Amino acid sequence: MASTPRTQALTGAEAVRRTLEGGGRVDWASRAFEAFLVALLVLTLGVLAWLLTVVFVNGIPVLAERGIDFLTSPLNSQADAAGVSQAIVGSLFLMLFVALISVPLGIGAAVYLEEYAHDSSFTRLVNTVVRNLAGVPSIVYGLLGLAVFVVALADFTGGRSLISGGLTMAILVLPIVIITSAEALRAVPGSIREAAFGVGATRWEVVRSHVLPYAAPGIFTGTILSMARAFGETAPLILVGAVIGGFNVQYDGVVETLQGRYTALPTTVFDWARKPPSFSGNVYAAIVVLIVVLLLVNALAIYLRNRFERRW
Amino acid sequence: MFLAAASVSIVISFLIILSLAGEAWTFISQIDLALLIERGWFPRRDLYSIQTLVAGTLTVAGIGMLVATPLGLGAAIYLSEYASPRMRRTVKPILEVLAGIPSVVLGYFALQVISPTIVDPICPGSTQGFNMAAAGIGVGILITPLIASVAEDAMYAVPRSLREASYGLGARKRTTSLKIVFPAAISGIVAALILGLSRGIGETMVVSIAAGATGGSLFSINPCGPGQTMTAAVTALATGSDQVRGATLAFPSLFFVGLILFIFTLALNLVADRFVRSVRIRY
Repeated sequence: MASTPRTQALTGAEAVRRTLEGGGRVDWASRAFEAFLVALLVLTLGVLAWLLTVVFVNGIPVLAERGIDFLTSPLNSQADAAGVSQAIVGSLFLMLFVALISVPLGIGAAVYLEEYAHDSSFTRLVNTVVRNLAGVPSIVYGLLGLAVFVVALADFTGGRSLISGGLTMAILVLPIVIITSAEALRAVPGSIREAAFGVGATRWEVVRSHVLPYAAPGIFTGTILSMARAFGETAPLILVGAVIGGFNVQYDGVVETLQGRYTALPTTVFDWARKPPSFSGNVYAAIVVLIVVLLLVNALAIYLRNRFERRW
Repeated sequence: MFLAAASVSIVISFLIILSLAGEAWTFISQIDLALLIERGWFPRRDLYSIQTLVAGTLTVAGIGMLVATPLGLGAAIYLSEYASPRMRRTVKPILEVLAGIPSVVLGYFALQVISPTIVDPICPGSTQGFNMAAAGIGVGILITPLIASVAEDAMYAVPRSLREASYGLGARKRTTSLKIVFPAAISGIVAALILGLSRGIGETMVVSIAAGATGGSLFSINPCGPGQTMTAAVTALATGSDQVRGATLAFPSLFFVGLILFIFTLALNLVADRFVRSVRIRY
């Protein structure tokens, strides 16, 4: 009699344990499903590894052979003389445009939307527009740049010029800066703002001395990533006149430079990709330069995010 | 001042619509509409078959989705339901790196590597390097991280209590993932797929480099052969140097194609937005 409940308890515990382990049998279907998921993930990551391997295996020898010469030579129709100096200068100028135009405008818009705006129909319209602008294909921005900056404002921009490319890029990146900055601002808890309002701060003081400093790492990370996006963007630049082929630059003055012809690193990759196979090594070398810059920038952004990430 | 900054985005979208619609109207009003359903897209010879471009676009984007849907959703389910926190922290940045690879790079990779190693064995003898299959696979690789990230966010946002209730009823992890979490996150997952499709339709450089057909294209939905998408048609015309602004309708035709592309992607994005928001409301 005394042993019966004990046996039952044991059987119960045993039953639970067995159920947790899958009824004592190996659950092959579950194992197979998990293995299938892992395989899909490994395949995805494997493609990245494959891509990077191909690029570096083909690009590094050219870079090693040409050395610094590859980075300092201008475009040339001869593969072994062509380099990416003009492309790097052009890309840096484009980044400068993005940094000077999109970053202040984007952060300003985000501050308005998150800190100042009431939930009006205008605010909702702006939010919807921004979200959808971020999803517009980049080539459409290229068409916008072509119609507005290259054709309509030709007197000011000089047509297919650096300034047209820079303004187009700035517009392309703006929605991304707004969205990432707004997210960073939204992550700052309301109690911080209320505390500041409680001691009599004005809205501007709250934003300047409380919200912006706490949101700064997030805003900064988002900004870096959107600059990286602009750095790798090609399609709109082809439309607004990044040079395909060779050209000479005379740096006469600021205005002449801004209204002059230009090219950018990804555009150069595209241009060389359509050239005869002798350029294949150059393409890979230019891609290595492009990817190394992007990986460094991404790593910096991820580092900043992990270093300064705050949990409230 | 901040208000002015916010208004800039409104101004930009008006500029987009105005510039596209203006030139597109020039095109529509001057062209014989019968030319729009011709046999091919050869703008320099005044053949503007928009259906050729739409067919090419859907072929490439469709192949891209065939590649990206299993990869992206598989990665999303694994990362959200199976991976340890440590694994998540490692894999997600790697996916971000994949998402950050410029599309020119993937285009060249598709042309030089995917076309000979993957597409050639499937389409024997008919590819000549340039084909829509390689471009489609390249596009698929490009949109995989996007689908994975949006779908993973949606599944991760499903409340723990739903999973615990399922385990409490004795369901296994696989059952819980597929029958509880996946349906609960379905609107986010659909949104991820729609965003992926929209991105695939708008993708330019992969197709410009890998799909061939630089001058124009006959109507074709054969993935083994070259083809042209709406995006690639625009760059192809623009890289044909300055003759774009010649006497023909080629220049306004760019904007007509751009307008159709804009409407396609805008519609898809709006639908996806609706789906994403319905997730947010429920939890």
